[in-house]
Amino acid sequence: MKKTVKIDVKDLTVGYGSYVLLHDAEYQVNQGDVFIIMGGSGCGKSSMLRVLTGLIPPLRGEVIIDGVDIARASTEEVQRIREKSGILYQSGALFSSMTLAENIMLPLQQYSDYSPATIRELASLKLALVGLTGFDDFYPSEISGGMKKRAGLARALALDPDIVYFDEPSAGLDPISSRNLDDLILEINQSLGTTIVVVTHELASIFAIANNSIFLDAETKTILARGDPKELLKNPPNEAVYKFLTRGEKK
Amino acid sequence: MRKKTENEPLLTLDKDHLLSVVFEGDITHFNSEDFLRRFRETAPAARLIELTDNGIQEWDSSLVAVLYEIIRYAQENKIKCSYKSLPKNLRDLIRLAFADDRKPTHGGTDYSFLESIGKATIDLCKTVNSVLSFLGQTLASVGRFFSGRSVMRGVDFCSALEDCGPKAIAIVALISFLVGLILAFVGAIQLQTFGAQIYVASLVTIGMCRIMGAIMVGIIMAGRTGSSYAATIGTMQVNEELDALQTMGMSRVDFLVLPRIFALILAMPILTMLADIMGMIGGAAVGVFMLDLPYEEYLDYSLRAFTLKNFLVGIFHGFCFGIIIALCGCYSGLTCGRNADSVGVATTHSVVNAIVWMIVVTGIITVVCLELGI
Repeated sequence: MKKTVKIDVKDLTVGYGSYVLLHDAEYQVNQGDVFIIMGGSGCGKSSMLRVLTGLIPPLRGEVIIDGVDIARASTEEVQRIREKSGILYQSGALFSSMTLAENIMLPLQQYSDYSPATIRELASLKLALVGLTGFDDFYPSEISGGMKKRAGLARALALDPDIVYFDEPSAGLDPISSRNLDDLILEINQSLGTTIVVVTHELASIFAIANNSIFLDAETKTILARGDPKELLKNPPNEAVYKFLTRGEKK
Repeated sequence: MRKKTENEPLLTLDKDHLLSVVFEGDITHFNSEDFLRRFRETAPAARLIELTDNGIQEWDSSLVAVLYEIIRYAQENKIKCSYKSLPKNLRDLIRLAFADDRKPTHGGTDYSFLESIGKATIDLCKTVNSVLSFLGQTLASVGRFFSGRSVMRGVDFCSALEDCGPKAIAIVALISFLVGLILAFVGAIQLQTFGAQIYVASLVTIGMCRIMGAIMVGIIMAGRTGSSYAATIGTMQVNEELDALQTMGMSRVDFLVLPRIFALILAMPILTMLADIMGMIGGAAVGVFMLDLPYEEYLDYSLRAFTLKNFLVGIFHGFCFGIIIALCGCYSGLTCGRNADSVGVATTHSVVNAIVWMIVVTGIITVVCLELGI
């Protein structure tokens, strides 16, 4: 069965001002994929994510999400795409002046016409989905780093998004919390059919969750490889990819 | 303190242009400045540099740093350098120091004088563009608020108002009382020489009501509240909370700037009134208790000097300062970088900019009042 293309990146150049981080990037993310953007430090993974989420404009090229080029779309179209996307930031990015429930209620209050009681129930449900039952009235400063990430994920899932982006989800987590978060990502992908885009360099996570990926290279500033990471490990297209996927072993 | 042992390496240049550097004994905490200076004076004549171990005993990073400098000098000047006789662990460290697996691709750039001027001009244009864009967004946000389409939360407004209102009363009252006191003292010294000390009452009343009250509140609030706005919003930038707001499609200005501006616009005129009253009480304390002026007479002169015109000019100053402090604090926070250091810089900028703009606006209001005869 032919999969629907969710994100289509064409001839993309990413950078800041005159400084180019990545050029001529072309790839597609299909509906329901767990897609990994991987590469060494400084290769432009997080900047790529910022372009995909419309936080910075591309220097050149197109990012087409659901048929709309977000760099050239109208404010209303970008808004519509954002309502269907959720993002889990590296630090969780919870609003520190609000409780966990209020953090999750915020996008619901903004974009839905549910009654306040229903919004409260939905917030509790989202927290329960990420294993934070009963933490509704806690402030971000009162919970651990792993819990912040899960609460951030609950907020990202608030509007039942089609795509969820993750920026370094394993960063700062112990191995067990990291594994639990990977399981949660797979659970969301499989039970809700959500397309997942993850920026990471954690090999354990990459092999545990991904079914598609691109490998960014800081040296050549291009995409060096694409495909299922397990396949890339079996048939590495070049030394850099092999070294990355084997933690520096020589071919 | 660790023991310092320095065995200066032996530096000899033979007639075949072989520069020999011999290391021996303990070399720890080695201050290499003199040695490296002599090395750089000698080395240009060398065709080969040979680093020799003649019984190195104890050593630390200061020796490795010297070796690194020598080998780097040789590489840069294309002089052959041999260090095979050095101990293996030293050679390993040197190899590690030179093993860069990736060349830096984005280093610092040295600009010529003209390029620097050009760059500064472009940066200035970008800043002006950014400020105008922020002011435009704020005006649009105010428009959205009055048309009922803003996402400003009432709870954020109340929290901001509590912070810049009731919580600021004590410090504003104390400072204004002291300013009134100082104003009366300074005035009294001059006026006493003419036997006109009763006019201290008029001086303090006019001074505090027309401008000093508002200026003092402005400075206190720029340091207290404006800096807090910049630090809070700047920290949100560092924690990616601003990105989260943007990707949720929520206006950062509606959500963060509007409640703070409205809170300060409301609080500042009230705090200015408080400052006026406290300043006059401070002046009265000096007049009645130190200059022995009759209380009734002091009050009478104060009331005669108090005019609605002066009072309203002071309140208008407070209103304008409220807008300036909130805009400077929020703008500095929103344009803050993404590290802890940037938050400090943003905080400083917010206070300095707010004070500068308050002075500029005071000048403008004064000239306009003068022209209008107010």
